[in-house]
Amino acid sequence: MAVFIQIALVLFLSPLITGFSRTLKARLQARRGAGVFQPYRDLYKLLRKGMVIPDSASWIFSATPYVLFVTTLLAGLLIPAISATAPLSLFGGVLAVVYLLALGRFFLALGGLDAGSPFGGLGSSREMTISAIAEPALMLAVFTVAIGAGSTNLSSVAQAALGQSWHFLSPQQMLAFAALFIVLIAETGRIPVDNPATHLELTMIHEAMILEYSGPYLALIEWSAAMKQLVLMTLLVNVFFPFGLSAGWDPASIVLSLALFGGKLLLLATVVVLVETTNAKLRLFRVPELLAVAFVLSAMALISTFLF
Amino acid sequence: MPSIATLYTLGLLAYGLGCVGGLAAHFLKKAGPLAASLLCALSLSGAILQFGASLGALLGGGDIAWSLVSGVPYLHYGVRLDALSAFFNLTLSLLSAAVSVYSFGYIAHSEIRKRAGLFCFFFNLLLLSLTLVFTASNVLFFLIVWELTAVSAYFLVAFDHESEEARKGGLLYLLMSRGGSGMMLVGFLLLGSAAGSLDADALHGVGQHLSPVLGAVTFLLLFFGFGVKAGIIPLHIWLPAAHPVAPSNVSALLSGIVIKAGIYGMARVFFDFYGELPVWAGMLVLVAGVISALLGVLYALMEHDLKRLLAYHSIENIGIILMGFGSALLFRSFGHPQLAALALIAGLFHTLNHGLFKCLLFLGAGGVLHAAHTRNMEEMGGLIRRMPMTALYFLIGAIAISGLPPLNGFVSEWLTYQALLAGFGATPTLTRLAFPVAGALLALTAALAAACFVKAFGITFLAFPRSEKAENAKEVSFSMRSGMAILALACVALGLGATWFLPVFDQITVQAFGIAASKDLVAANGLVLTPGSLRGGSVSTAVIALLLLALGTVPLVLWLVWGRKTSRVRGPAWDCGQPGLTSDNEYTATAFSKPLRMIFAALFRPRREIQTEFEVSAYYPKAIHFESEIEPTFETHFYGPLREGILWASSWVRRMQAGSIHAYLAYIFATLILLLLFGVRE
Repeated sequence: MAVFIQIALVLFLSPLITGFSRTLKARLQARRGAGVFQPYRDLYKLLRKGMVIPDSASWIFSATPYVLFVTTLLAGLLIPAISATAPLSLFGGVLAVVYLLALGRFFLALGGLDAGSPFGGLGSSREMTISAIAEPALMLAVFTVAIGAGSTNLSSVAQAALGQSWHFLSPQQMLAFAALFIVLIAETGRIPVDNPATHLELTMIHEAMILEYSGPYLALIEWSAAMKQLVLMTLLVNVFFPFGLSAGWDPASIVLSLALFGGKLLLLATVVVLVETTNAKLRLFRVPELLAVAFVLSAMALISTFLF
Repeated sequence: MPSIATLYTLGLLAYGLGCVGGLAAHFLKKAGPLAASLLCALSLSGAILQFGASLGALLGGGDIAWSLVSGVPYLHYGVRLDALSAFFNLTLSLLSAAVSVYSFGYIAHSEIRKRAGLFCFFFNLLLLSLTLVFTASNVLFFLIVWELTAVSAYFLVAFDHESEEARKGGLLYLLMSRGGSGMMLVGFLLLGSAAGSLDADALHGVGQHLSPVLGAVTFLLLFFGFGVKAGIIPLHIWLPAAHPVAPSNVSALLSGIVIKAGIYGMARVFFDFYGELPVWAGMLVLVAGVISALLGVLYALMEHDLKRLLAYHSIENIGIILMGFGSALLFRSFGHPQLAALALIAGLFHTLNHGLFKCLLFLGAGGVLHAAHTRNMEEMGGLIRRMPMTALYFLIGAIAISGLPPLNGFVSEWLTYQALLAGFGATPTLTRLAFPVAGALLALTAALAAACFVKAFGITFLAFPRSEKAENAKEVSFSMRSGMAILALACVALGLGATWFLPVFDQITVQAFGIAASKDLVAANGLVLTPGSLRGGSVSTAVIALLLLALGTVPLVLWLVWGRKTSRVRGPAWDCGQPGLTSDNEYTATAFSKPLRMIFAALFRPRREIQTEFEVSAYYPKAIHFESEIEPTFETHFYGPLREGILWASSWVRRMQAGSIHAYLAYIFATLILLLLFGVRE
């Protein structure tokens, strides 16, 4: 039961977060925006459209959307979202989450190369580069948290965090949060690293990889991108601010924690949008500097675990 | 049921027969296709027998197979299959079985068929001597078969003796190998003099009885001596020179198992001959591991020669193995046998896993080389349509080596992460910082490896063919595909069935630390892997694989509801509306790794040269010539000065060798006197 609740949550909440971010961003830029529910309409539209598959593409091109979709969805099931015991967290902790996302990315980058268009190769190359240099900061921050909780199992981490709710004020938690926030921006392809709103620009990364996809395949990929964003945001809010996570899966506490979870996500999304609207996109070769900052932050978080 | 000793001896005999047969076929000039197949069948049956013997020894307990007296003091030709030997022999037999199957087709369809007898002689000799390396119970015997391995591998690397590249690669390998064995010899003699014997049994824990200084010197000699074979940085330069030029089935064995002989030697010395080592020793191994892993993958990224790229990845994976070994040494020094067992298992499991997927990838690269007649990735492309099965197997290998779930590479990297994480809590003060930082750099390494294999697979197999050679490539023969299939299956099986495989390590950890760890590493339901207790974390590759399949129902439902009604047409790639996409527009391997070349420019020191030819103005170029290279740091800054130094020293030594027989007689006399003085003083 818990599994199905969480599947539904990951599937159907993720476009809402994307829609909320886009609308808020539009408002901040003095536009009206397409509305919070536009991503659902987009997905519905794409799923019913026909698609063109490039001549040059092989079965990798067709397999990619499915692999990306299921790996991202499974990563979502390993993370505690509304209850501190994630339904499947016994079968994989934070390392499994990171590596499942990496498996999806591996195929996405291959899908980008498969059509033979130079844009696809460009996107794949940049995506793999940025994710690779984001990896040490991500892992070091994750290690800091895991060491604090004594476990890489995310349910244990969330439960440990629940036990000491104001723990996030401690320096190592704040520093690790800051590092992971930068990684979140890089991994979800937001300004200042990548611009999710660009199409046909030489600066694009994620969009360049999926340029050749259309119809239902594109729907699966867009949906996976939304889910990945939800997964990473959930990781951030629930590991550092576990307030309102219910201990089990009884209906009453679930409803309450669902409301709180939604509120925390929207708050984090607001912060991301504020960063996006107040910053210009970085040149590609300045991105490593940003990620180096993230690495230093997580290294400091690690060191402060035995200073404080 | 034949005894383990019988299986083992029969296996050796099969290899031996292969050697004799190969030599006979060569000199009788009867090395036809039939003879070659027979010889491959011999090595295959040898491998199967050895597999049975090693598995039996691992599960049932080792026993001494046999021992022959030699008449030379301290030397006897003894073999034994204790747990550690049996594990490495198991890895060897798995790989050699797959490579033997592959060789049936490979020899028949390549240049080798003209000298198949000679090739099979060296091939069987390599397998025979490697088996003996892993099982020798006397150090002198070990050193003899070690040299035999080096020599037979040299002849295989330089088998294509008409190519200068092959001759040079082989020679560099032989030279480096000699240097390594020199260090090992001194190290072993020091150990042996403390034990008063050169039998492996007598050497157990003898490292304790050396004085601290002598113990340290011995450790360093043995670590770097074996490090040459294993290819740790900066002793790695022979690897990318020798592995690519060898015939592909040999490259697969070289990268898969020959370099693991160095790892075997380290495991034997660290965990058998030394009972405990000071903290700095473990730290040295850990740091050497991190450096090898990171630099290995960074250099791999810059390669567009498919086989050189794979050779650099071997350096990377040796680094990951050493991270496990280094942590195990540190945990033992700080008195945590449980964690030491975890780290040792991580390292050994990665040894086996790397053997499997690297062998698979080299066989795949061999297939590509065989079909497209080039090692240069910039001339490949589109091969997935022309050789679909090779592409599939290569993809499985690529996913496994990138450490992605649910395959075997993920399991051993997960265990390594867990060992490193546990290190933070288990060690005092500043040492503990090394563990998470090593973990973060392991993460960087793994992510870069994934980037590198996106490049290797994507550029080689996907999109349009970039040359006529690639255009005309054909799928390889059935036997070559079968060889790859065996290894691909093994990668999947070890990934999904990791929890059932772990008991194999029990005897090894009992021998090293007195602890059987597998029951702690597997949670109650038998599917979940833990780092010692469920509390610390858990993962289950089998369940992950099942869940990935089960979650496939979501897109399936979407397809049933909407997707099947939609149209699905094939057309030219859109490419932002630019028509007429050809292979000239494709992204290249050099371009793919460009961002990383820029980011790590301080390490690579890239140099590029662009020449444009034009007639009227620079805006209308007729031809553009682009050249780019990176600085071979270790060759220029370490081996260059070293070579100068050696030449300088030899010019001094030459003064002693004046060519006068009187002088030489005087030297002999002086040496004799000195030795007598030495003897009398004793």
